[in-house]
Amino acid sequence: MKGLDLAVIGAGPAGLAAAIEGGKRGCRVAVMDMNLQPGGQLIKQIHKFFGAREHSAGSRGVDIARRLYRDAEGVGVEILTSCEVYSIQPGNRLEVILTSFGDSNRGHSQSSTYMRRRHESISAKQVVIATGGAENALNFEGWTLPGVMGAGAAQTMANVWRVLPGERVLMVGAGNVGLIVAYQLLQAGAEVKAVVEAAPEIGGYGVHAAKVSRAGVPILTAHTVVRAFGESQVTGAQIARVDESWNPIPGSEQELDVDTICIATGLRPNTRIASLAGCKLMYSPVLGGWTPIHNKRLETSVPGIYVAGDAAGIEEASTALEEGRLAGIAAAVALGKGRREDREEIEAIAARLSSLRGGPFCAERAVAKQEILSRAEAICQKD
Amino acid sequence: MRIKDHPILGVLPEARWVKIRVDDREITAIEGEPVAAAVSAAGIRVHRYTAKRGEPRGVFCGIGQCTDCMMRVNGVPNVRTCITPVVEGMVVETQLEAEPKEFS
Repeated sequence: MKGLDLAVIGAGPAGLAAAIEGGKRGCRVAVMDMNLQPGGQLIKQIHKFFGAREHSAGSRGVDIARRLYRDAEGVGVEILTSCEVYSIQPGNRLEVILTSFGDSNRGHSQSSTYMRRRHESISAKQVVIATGGAENALNFEGWTLPGVMGAGAAQTMANVWRVLPGERVLMVGAGNVGLIVAYQLLQAGAEVKAVVEAAPEIGGYGVHAAKVSRAGVPILTAHTVVRAFGESQVTGAQIARVDESWNPIPGSEQELDVDTICIATGLRPNTRIASLAGCKLMYSPVLGGWTPIHNKRLETSVPGIYVAGDAAGIEEASTALEEGRLAGIAAAVALGKGRREDREEIEAIAARLSSLRGGPFCAERAVAKQEILSRAEAICQKD
Repeated sequence: MRIKDHPILGVLPEARWVKIRVDDREITAIEGEPVAAAVSAAGIRVHRYTAKRGEPRGVFCGIGQCTDCMMRVNGVPNVRTCITPVVEGMVVETQLEAEPKEFS
């Protein structure tokens, strides 16, 4: 597989959307993803999205992922799973490890040849980095014990693989991820003992909090997890109230009988491959931390490398889709494969992105994104 | 524990159930699911013990990012079980990390 027009790293909403736009414009596109299935984190979203119809409101993430996958294949995009890009060398040369798995029919099952890894160097004229986000960890006594896991990990286990990650759960964090996953673990049959939130207020939407509360789960604000009990795995948790400086208040500790502690303390952009490619980053607390600097067309400080979705600042699936479209079109235009109507299309996407960042919950994201653009302009002028 | 009936996802879809070995246990698993899911469904939570302190580790991120869930699979160490699929008859071992590094 040599000589791509467009290589997309990550087959989540941003990556698939970018690939579809490239494919539609006649680019030779491949999407690479290290997981077993494409779709990114959409495949574990089994709740209905809300918002506007143009952003698939009323659909479940897992269905949106299927649609994207089909559309991508329909325009000739190659989707490679179990495919890990570990480096981008100058000139947009991607260093890739492709893993293939034998099956039992071929007698591979018990041998080390079951798993074959192959290295390839793939050059691409344009690259879209759509590597998504990573969950933040939380350091407390016992946090490395089996049974302490990201809320996203628990959600993947339950909703994608249909395995209950634990029976009695403490959820740490009452943002949208914490609330939604707490509710989904209840749906999957777990008992959620409590949701603790260190901030004085619930961070997530009221509708999600209401569902969790109606199910009888206490949401304890100004509380945090202090320690996990257990020798080889979690056998309990201690929580405590926190003061205004986030410090646990002595004497306020409570013990919970749980076997699982889920951490939902925010996400950060997964910038590892962008950093390796030499993309300049800036720190943006609102967008989750270090974020690749990019211009309006989502091009980073490295020409021909774009970034889209959570990898370009933590937002949500609908913004990831729009950013992916934008990056895909921009990459195609840069290759001389743009369409006459692309200028209008880009404007329409930009307008939808501003409306997505317009609500009271997300106005600060609009400001943060603007700061990224200003930094990109400053870099351009310096160069 | 398998989620056999789910209010939104419905009943567990038809699948090819196979046997795999985890240390000295034989467990049933669904072909193609991640080894981590099969191991978790069997109630096994410790995937490895760290080299320096011998501390247990299990599934942490579930999407191939963190390497906490590595086990030895068919003799190959450091396999991220959350992104490695089950095939019939495979041999999975709890990884004890006092061993020299090997690369496959």
